[in-house]
Amino acid sequence: MHFGPHLLLAALEGLVTSAVLALTALGLSLVFGVMRVVNVAHGELFMLGAVLAWAISTAISGHPALGFLAALVLAPLIVGLIALVAERLVLRRLNYNPEATIVATIGMLYIIQQLALTFYGPEARPVEAPFSYRILLPWFGYSGYKLSIIAASALLLVATWFVLTRTKIGLVMRATQYDSETAQAFGIPVDRVYAGVFALGAMLAAVAAVLIVPISQAHYLMGQDPLLLSFIVVIIGGLGSLRGTVVAAVLIGLSDGIISVFFSPTLAKIIATLLVAMVLVFRPQGLFGTASR
Amino acid sequence: MKEASPAKAYALHVGVIVLLFALSFVLPEYHHGLLARIMVLAVFAMGYNMLFGYVGLLSLGHAMFFSAGLYGAGLAVIHLGWSVPAAFAAGLACGALLALVIGLLALRTSGVAFMIVTMMFAQVFYLIILYLAAWTGGDQGLVVPQSARVLVLGSTSLGLTNPTVRYMSALVLFSIVLLMTLAVVRSRYGRVLVAIRENEERTKMLGYDTFSNKLAAVVVSGTICAASGAAYALLFGYVGSTFASVQYSILPLLWVLLGGAATTLGPLIGTLFMYYVVDITSGYTSAYLLIVGIALILLVLFFPKGILGTIRQRWLGWLP
Amino acid sequence: MTDKNGFFDLSKTGLTRRTALKGLAAGAGLAVAPGFVRYSQAQSSAPIKIGFQCHRTGIGAAYGRWYERTTAAAVKAINEAGGINGRPVEVIIEDDGTDPGRGAEVVGKFATQHKTDIVYGTLFSHVVIGSAPAAGEAKMPYFVVSEGHHVASTKLNRYVFQPGITDVKSQIQAMAPWIAANAGKKVTQIFPDFAFGYDHRDYLPPALKAQGAEVIAQIAIPPTESSFTKYFPQIPAETEVIYHVMVGPAVLTFVKELGEFYGSNRPQLFGFIDSLEATDINSPGLEFLDGSHFWEGSPRYAQPDDSAAQKAYRAAVGIDDNGAAVGDPKDVSTAAHMFGCWETLYVVKKAMEDAGYKGPEDRAKLVEATEALTEFAEGPEHPQGPKTFNGKIHQCFGIQNISKVEGGRLNVVHKTKIEDGLYEPEGDYTTQPL
Repeated sequence: MHFGPHLLLAALEGLVTSAVLALTALGLSLVFGVMRVVNVAHGELFMLGAVLAWAISTAISGHPALGFLAALVLAPLIVGLIALVAERLVLRRLNYNPEATIVATIGMLYIIQQLALTFYGPEARPVEAPFSYRILLPWFGYSGYKLSIIAASALLLVATWFVLTRTKIGLVMRATQYDSETAQAFGIPVDRVYAGVFALGAMLAAVAAVLIVPISQAHYLMGQDPLLLSFIVVIIGGLGSLRGTVVAAVLIGLSDGIISVFFSPTLAKIIATLLVAMVLVFRPQGLFGTASR
Repeated sequence: MKEASPAKAYALHVGVIVLLFALSFVLPEYHHGLLARIMVLAVFAMGYNMLFGYVGLLSLGHAMFFSAGLYGAGLAVIHLGWSVPAAFAAGLACGALLALVIGLLALRTSGVAFMIVTMMFAQVFYLIILYLAAWTGGDQGLVVPQSARVLVLGSTSLGLTNPTVRYMSALVLFSIVLLMTLAVVRSRYGRVLVAIRENEERTKMLGYDTFSNKLAAVVVSGTICAASGAAYALLFGYVGSTFASVQYSILPLLWVLLGGAATTLGPLIGTLFMYYVVDITSGYTSAYLLIVGIALILLVLFFPKGILGTIRQRWLGWLP
Repeated sequence: MTDKNGFFDLSKTGLTRRTALKGLAAGAGLAVAPGFVRYSQAQSSAPIKIGFQCHRTGIGAAYGRWYERTTAAAVKAINEAGGINGRPVEVIIEDDGTDPGRGAEVVGKFATQHKTDIVYGTLFSHVVIGSAPAAGEAKMPYFVVSEGHHVASTKLNRYVFQPGITDVKSQIQAMAPWIAANAGKKVTQIFPDFAFGYDHRDYLPPALKAQGAEVIAQIAIPPTESSFTKYFPQIPAETEVIYHVMVGPAVLTFVKELGEFYGSNRPQLFGFIDSLEATDINSPGLEFLDGSHFWEGSPRYAQPDDSAAQKAYRAAVGIDDNGAAVGDPKDVSTAAHMFGCWETLYVVKKAMEDAGYKGPEDRAKLVEATEALTEFAEGPEHPQGPKTFNGKIHQCFGIQNISKVEGGRLNVVHKTKIEDGLYEPEGDYTTQPL
C-alpha cells in the first residue's frame, strides 16, 4: 500500500484509540482531580462495563442495535451504582487517605477480577456492533462503526464539558477540586460530591467500554491497559484539565498509530512511550496543567 | 516518630535476624523454601520503602530496577559464563547505573508526575527486554543453568540450589540490607530524607541540596532492588520479562503499604502477609483472589498506616 | 552436590531422623529428602499423587478450565480401570496464576508440602521455563502439555517431559507441504512479537522453501496491542496466503479487522487454531474466516471418520459434536490442545508401570522409563492418533490436522504424517546426570 493511504489508516486507527482513551481518562481525571486519590480499580470498572455489555446484549434478542443501546444505558448505571457502594463502604471510611486508598482499590481490583472470572468466565466474548456498515475507501475498507465511536465519544466529551463548566453541579465539583475545605465552609456537601464524582468517573469508564466492546471483546483481564494509559493521559494532559486530557488522549492515540508506520512495532512502542515520558520530564505539570500543588 | 535508644532498635533487628536464622532449623521444608523466597523479595520491598517511605516519592516503576538486577546477573551467567559473585556484582552495577539515569530524568518531576514517569520508563525497559528477545529470551525468559549456580568460597563450593545454602544466602542478603536500612534511617542522611518528605521547600531553604539527596536515595533504592533481582536470578534460576511488568512495580508498593511505609521491618511483614494470605486461601478455594481482595480492604480499614505503621502509631512509638 | 549439604538439613531433625539414614547414602544432595522418606513408608495402596500446575487465573484461564476437565476425565478413566500399578491416582491442583514466578513456587509446594509423585499439566511456555529449574532442583519429574519447543530444544533439564502433544516446531514444519501445494506460494506471516510468534517466524520460512514456496513478508505485532488494522497495509499486494498465529483475547478483533480491511476479496488464510481456542467459530465478526484453513492438534468438531477411541474420549471429557461443553453450547473447548492432558496421563501411567514405580524414591527410574518409550499406538489411551517419542529430547511427535471452515464448522481436510514433522534433535537430555 502507498504511503499516503497507510498514514490515513494509521491516523484513523489512532483516532479511535484516542476517542475511547479520552473517555476512560476523563473518568480517572475527575476522580484524581477532585478527590486526589488514585483509583487503581478504574480499569476493572472499565472491564465491568464491557462484561455487563455482553451480558445485557445477549439477554436481549432481536436486532443487535437493541441490545447494544440497552447496554449503553444500563451498564454504566450498574457500574456507577457499584462504584457508589464501594465509595460509601470503603473510601469514605478511609478519609480518602491517598495511600490507604491505593491498597483498598487494589483490593477492589482483585475482587472485581475474581468475580468476573467466576461468573463471566475466562473467555473473550464479542458483542455484536449495532450496525455493520463497511466504508469502502479506494485503498482499503474501514469499519463504519469505528468512525461512529469517534463521534459518540466527541458528543459525550462535549456533554461532560458542558456539565462541568455551565451547570451548578459542575461549579460545585470545580470548587471542591480547587479547595475542598473552603468549599465545605461555603456549605458544599463535599462528602456527597466525592461520592458523585467517584460514581461518575466509573460511569465514564463503563461507557467507554461499552463503545469499544463491539470492536474489541469483553475479557476479564482487559482492564490493565486502559488503566495505565488513562493514568498517562491524565498526567500528560495536566491534572484537572479537561482540554488537556482530550489533547493528551489524541496525542497518545495518534502517536501510537503513526509511529508504527515507520518502525517495527515493538520498537515503535518503545519510542512512543519514551517520547511521552520525556514530555513529562520537561514539563512536569503536564501540557495544560498549572504547577502541581 | 519518637526517638528510641539505638540499642533498643538494634536489639530488635538483630532479634529478628536471629529468629529467622533459628526458623531455618524448625520450619517444615515447604515453609523453609517459601521463606527464602520471601526474604529475597522483602529486600525488593525494602529498596522500594527507601524511596517511598522515607523520601515520599511514589514510584510505579521499580520493577525495572529489580529486573535490571535479575537480567544483569542472569545474563552475565548465561551469556558470559561469569561466576556467581561477579554476576551478582554485575546485577548491582546494572541497577545502580539504571537508577542513576532514571533518577536524573525522573527527579525533574514530583508527585503524580514522578509516579507516571517512572511507570513509563519501566514500560520502556519491559519493552526493550521483549525487543531484545535474542539475548533475553523475550517473554519466555531464560533458565540460569543449575551447573553455573555454584558459589565457590576458597576450597568449598556451595550449590545455590541446595535449600539450606539458598535460605542462608537469602538471610545474609536480607540481614545486610535490613541493618543498612536501619543505619541509613538513623543517620543524618536519613533525617534529611524525611525532612524532604515532610517539606521539601523548607529543607531547601535550610541549605540542603535536595536534588542530590533525592538522587542518592533513588540510586540506593534502585541498587537494593537490583540486589534482590540478582539474588532471585541466581538463587531460583530463572529470568523472565514478567518480573519487569507493571504488576511487579505495584507489588512492592503493596507490600510496603501493608507492612507500614517508613518502618524498617514493615516490608518484611507486608511481603510475608501477602504471600501467606495467597498461599493459605488458594488452598481452600479457587476464587482466592476474592478473599485476598477482601483481606486487603479489611486490613486497610483497621490498619490504615499498614500493620507496623499502625502499631507504631498506637502502641510502640519507638519502632524504627 | 556439596559437602555442606545436610548441615542444616531438616531431615536430620525432627520426625524423620530415624528413617533418614535409610537408602539415602547413595542420594547425597537429594533436596527432597524428607518427602522421600516419609513416602517410602506409605502403604502400596496409597494413591499416586499428581500435582497439577493449573492456569486457573491469569491469561491462561480459558485453557486451564479445559485442562482441568480433561484431566479429571482421564483420571476417572484410569482409576476405573484399576489405577496405576493397582494404586488409585489422586490429582492435587494448585493455581499458578499463569505467572512464571508463582509457577516455580507451586512446583516447590508440590515437592515439599504435598509431596506429589510428579508435577504435570502446564501450558504457557513462560510458566514452563520459569518452573523447570525448580522441578530439576527438586528432582521432580515434570510433564508439561505446552506444545512449546522449549522441552525439545534441550535447554531445560532432564526432569522435564512433553510426551502428550507435538511441539510447535514440528507442527509448523508439517504444515509447510500442504500450504505450498494447496494455498499458495507467496506467504505473508503475521505473528505476535514474542516467543510463540518467533517459533513461527524462524521455522516456517525454511520449511516452505523446501517445498518451493517462500515467505515474502513477516509482520510482528507487539503483545500489548489490542487493535491491528494499522499493520495490515504492510501486507504485500502479491500475497497469496496470510499465515496468522495471533493469540490472546484480542484475536477476535484481529480477524474482524482483517475482514473489514479486505472484504470479500482476500488472499487465502491459514492460521493456527490457538488463535480461536475456547472461542465459538460462529461468533459475530468471524464470518470472514469462512473458507479459510486452520491447524488443529485434535479436531474441535466431531468428524465423520472419528475412531471409536476419539468418540469415547469426547464423551468422557464431555464435549458435544461442536466441541462445546455438553449442555452449554457457549462453553467452547480448547480441543486442539487439551487432548494432550489425556494422553500425557496415560504416558505417565505406562512409564510408572514400566518402572515398577513405588514412590518418590523411584523418580529417577520413572525418568529413565519415560525416556525408554518410543511409540504410542492410536487407541483409547491416545485418541488423537499414533505418536513416536524421542527419549533424548523428551518430546513426542504425532499427526496434525488441517481443517477448513465451512458451514460454521471446522472440517478436517488433511492429516499430516508423523514423518512430516520430524527434525534433527538439537541435543540429548540423557547425558545429563539424574
